[in-house]
Amino acid sequence: MRILEVQDLYKSFGKTEVLKGVNFSMDEGEVISVIGSSGSGKTTLLRCINFLERADTGKILLDGEVLFDGDSDNKASAKEIRAKQLNFGLVFQDFNLFPQYNVLDNVMLAPTLLAKERPDFKENKKEITDEIRKNAEAILARVGLSDKLESYPCQLSGGQKQRVSIARALALRPRVLFFDEPTSALDPELTGEILKVIKQLAAEKITMVIVTHEIDFAKAVSDKIIFMSEGIVAEMGTPEEVIDNPKNERTKAFLSKMFE
Amino acid sequence: MSLFEGFYTNFIIFVLTLLMSLPLGLIISFGSRMKFKPIRWLTRTFVWIIRGTPLMLQLFVVMYAPGILFDIPIRSRMTAALIAFVINYAAYFSEIFRGGIDSISKGQYEACQVLGMTKAQAFFKVVLFQVVKRIVAPISNEVITLVKDTSLARVISVAEIIMCAERFTKQGLIWPLFSTGLYFLVFNGLLTIMFSSIEKKLDYFE
Ligand SMILES: Nc1ncnc2c1ncn2[C@@H]1O[C@H](COP(=O)(O)OP(=O)(O)OP(=O)(O)O)[C@@H](O)[C@H]1O
Ligand SMILES: [Mg+2]
Repeated sequence: MRILEVQDLYKSFGKTEVLKGVNFSMDEGEVISVIGSSGSGKTTLLRCINFLERADTGKILLDGEVLFDGDSDNKASAKEIRAKQLNFGLVFQDFNLFPQYNVLDNVMLAPTLLAKERPDFKENKKEITDEIRKNAEAILARVGLSDKLESYPCQLSGGQKQRVSIARALALRPRVLFFDEPTSALDPELTGEILKVIKQLAAEKITMVIVTHEIDFAKAVSDKIIFMSEGIVAEMGTPEEVIDNPKNERTKAFLSKMFE
Repeated sequence: MSLFEGFYTNFIIFVLTLLMSLPLGLIISFGSRMKFKPIRWLTRTFVWIIRGTPLMLQLFVVMYAPGILFDIPIRSRMTAALIAFVINYAAYFSEIFRGGIDSISKGQYEACQVLGMTKAQAFFKVVLFQVVKRIVAPISNEVITLVKDTSLARVISVAEIIMCAERFTKQGLIWPLFSTGLYFLVFNGLLTIMFSSIEKKLDYFE
């Protein structure tokens, strides 16, 4: 089942053209890794899909329905964008946990605020809150943090922080979960635990797009690899195609540099 | 009027000023961070004027301008004093809030946004408390200054403690004047203890 489709996405910051017509699509349950040199537009692509930036032109489709259309004149209201945003989750490079909340509350905050908008929240407040807590605890168990529920972010290692932020994103059950270099801010010895969690999510058939510089990991976990270069998808295919037998000259150059 | 009654006046000015100028300061700080330039410049000019002129002058202006310019004299000196204090301190607080809000990383807002929070939820549920932690120290400085500034109300004849004590000097007594200092010292001592306990309470994060 086709879940996400990005068509001809363009984005400039002032005079710098960053995305110059990005096209790709993915199926439900698929894992795609995005690789490419610094400045090729990987982060910008993720930010556009997640509505943190507004693309200039192009379309984003979810389940075949248009979620974003840069050419359409009617701008979506903040409320509409918020609803669309909830289809996706984004895990940041530098975690962005909420420092004043403990681990459990970091994960529960957004689902709780959303639940408050439900018409039946007042009547069933206790049941709904219990449900949210149970769900949060289950997700934190999945990322191996059951013993840290009461800890505050400042008491955690980088790897633990990143696992909380993954749990926080999962708690809203996004259709597609995006990662922007989830291990780049970590000490090398901590990257393993994050990669393990992502592998586990892949095994659970969570649809994911992972921007990463860890080529070996990308190869191991992904169904498809996207190689981005200068604002376009220069090459896309299975890990064997893109990493082992790249056709594009720029992919070859990038990979030989990475494996130097 | 006894010194105690006099200090009661200072105390009332202090409490009411604080209660009103803190929220007002927060609103002004929103204004000075607006993307819409006219409002931003208006607010910043206002803050510049208030912070750039003496509080004593502002007390006189609030006291006499309405009567002289518009023929609607202010009946209560206490009200005039409060208006001047609230405006003055709101301007100072707004700058502290602005600095605090600016110091929160964009990532916090973006995390809220991708988690489907509204802007208001992001600010009140996530950002504000972090701002509070960062501004406790500068706010406590201002608050302690406010305690002492309340004695300026005497320039528009509000009978605060020092004005009461000065009357005793006409009877050749100097000790009441010294006692007023004691009132201020004790009160500020209590505030200092309170603020350091707040700082400690907020130590649990970051
Ligand atoms: N808000 C912005 N304003 C102006 N230019 C920007 C902005 N965001 C990104 N850019 C520019 O867009 C280009 C692509 O940036 P982007 O962050 O998408 O690259 P990237 O592929 O994620 O790189 P990296 O691997 O270093 O993270 C860069 O040249 C960057 O300077
Ligand atoms: Mg990037």
